[in-house]
Amino acid sequence: MADAPARTGLPIICAGVAIARDATLLLAGVDLTIARGACTLVLGANGAGKSTLLRLLHGLLVPNVGTIAWGGAPQRPPGQAMVFQRAVLLRRSAAANIRYALKLARVSETEADVRIDDALAEVGLPHLGHRSARTLSGGEQQRLALARAWALRPEVLFLDEPTASLDPRATRAVEDIVRGIHARGTTIVMSTHNLAQARRLADDIVFLHEGRLTEQSPASIFFQSPRTPEAAAFLEGERL
Amino acid sequence: MNTFSDSLTVAAGLVTHLDPKLLAIVELSLRVSLTATLLAACIGLPLGAAIAVGRFPGRQTLTVLLNAMMGLPPVVVGLVVYLLLSRAGPLGVLGILFTPTAMIIAQTILITPIIAALSRQIVADAWSEYREQLTSLGAGTMRAGLTLLWDTRFSLATVLLAGFGRAIAEVGAVMIVGGNIDGVTRVMTTTIALETSKGDLPLALALGLVLIAIVLLLNAAAQWTREWARVLYG
Repeated sequence: MADAPARTGLPIICAGVAIARDATLLLAGVDLTIARGACTLVLGANGAGKSTLLRLLHGLLVPNVGTIAWGGAPQRPPGQAMVFQRAVLLRRSAAANIRYALKLARVSETEADVRIDDALAEVGLPHLGHRSARTLSGGEQQRLALARAWALRPEVLFLDEPTASLDPRATRAVEDIVRGIHARGTTIVMSTHNLAQARRLADDIVFLHEGRLTEQSPASIFFQSPRTPEAAAFLEGERL
Repeated sequence: MNTFSDSLTVAAGLVTHLDPKLLAIVELSLRVSLTATLLAACIGLPLGAAIAVGRFPGRQTLTVLLNAMMGLPPVVVGLVVYLLLSRAGPLGVLGILFTPTAMIIAQTILITPIIAALSRQIVADAWSEYREQLTSLGAGTMRAGLTLLWDTRFSLATVLLAGFGRAIAEVGAVMIVGGNIDGVTRVMTTTIALETSKGDLPLALALGLVLIAIVLLLNAAAQWTREWARVLYG
């Protein structure tokens, strides 16, 4: 499998970012840097702002206050992909779903054929390329969404709680795929409220509490000695 | 003597013996309404998708207008098209009043809002589900609209069938702009109206049976399409 190409959309730097919707403050005062090569896990309770932060970093949302720069540029560059909590797949075959994404990325047909086979093999679905995507199981659909993302050879891959609705076996399968993609040079930013998963995957932890970024630190430090009482309480919840 | 049962017997005979006059009327009806549905689809589907996906001033007003136009009275549409195409009208020079072309125009105007409004709703629902993913993949507005039209094709097929059903069953507009001329613009609904007023029930009843059969077939086709799509594409 080919490695993800190096592009120029890193680091991603958020400075004083805040966003509100319908008079509700979703995130405020976020200063954050996503460096090349890391596997960053965004942690926090439900409603902490994890999904909102990922959408901001991916350019799907625009902050009301503050700035986000991708490799110094104010516009989101190509070379990013995102996998959502529930896989959104088109009513066509698994292979055609990947081909659609590659066509939008202006990848040639010949190259697309190679990448589709490669991506389906990478996620363990080489035999299901012809199957209609929407008739696959939940776990298979999420793996297909990862295959589609990987086929784009992203510089950064955002994953918004990709295993939230999966059983433990499917969760492990997704984690293995994420590890594989990370090992090939793709920077990973993934949200979860599953601490065990964060322990398994994270290089760095970003911790959100009620719309505020309270901690960003290496995973080993975060789990050993969290700096903020909110993070300590969140970890404490795991032991209850 | 039972008028209804006698008429029904004669009508069944006309249908089973493929009466040439009956066939000619059915053929013209299908030709007019299918063409109108095709034209309305060419206008209504992209229009519905554009309103669903696009963000432009007046979008809400356009949506309200389209929804309201779904209930356009056929006679009013017929009257407007008549005025446009009549000799003194702005399009009178075309000389197409009392021709099947005029009937196609009237039916197209009648069902385009139906197809546009219903497809807008279907595409808008799909857009709310797909928006973030398509945006993430870099799809622009036009590409997203086309993608959603294709992805909702089975639901949209039902919309087209609804439009066709409305077109082939309407009588007011085609009566006004077609003139119900024997052998030229006489379709099923106008024939039924005319023959009933003349007291010649068998032909009216035979056409009524054909019309009901078409409507039943359309509904069966719509149901079958939905089921088939659900099994095959999820």
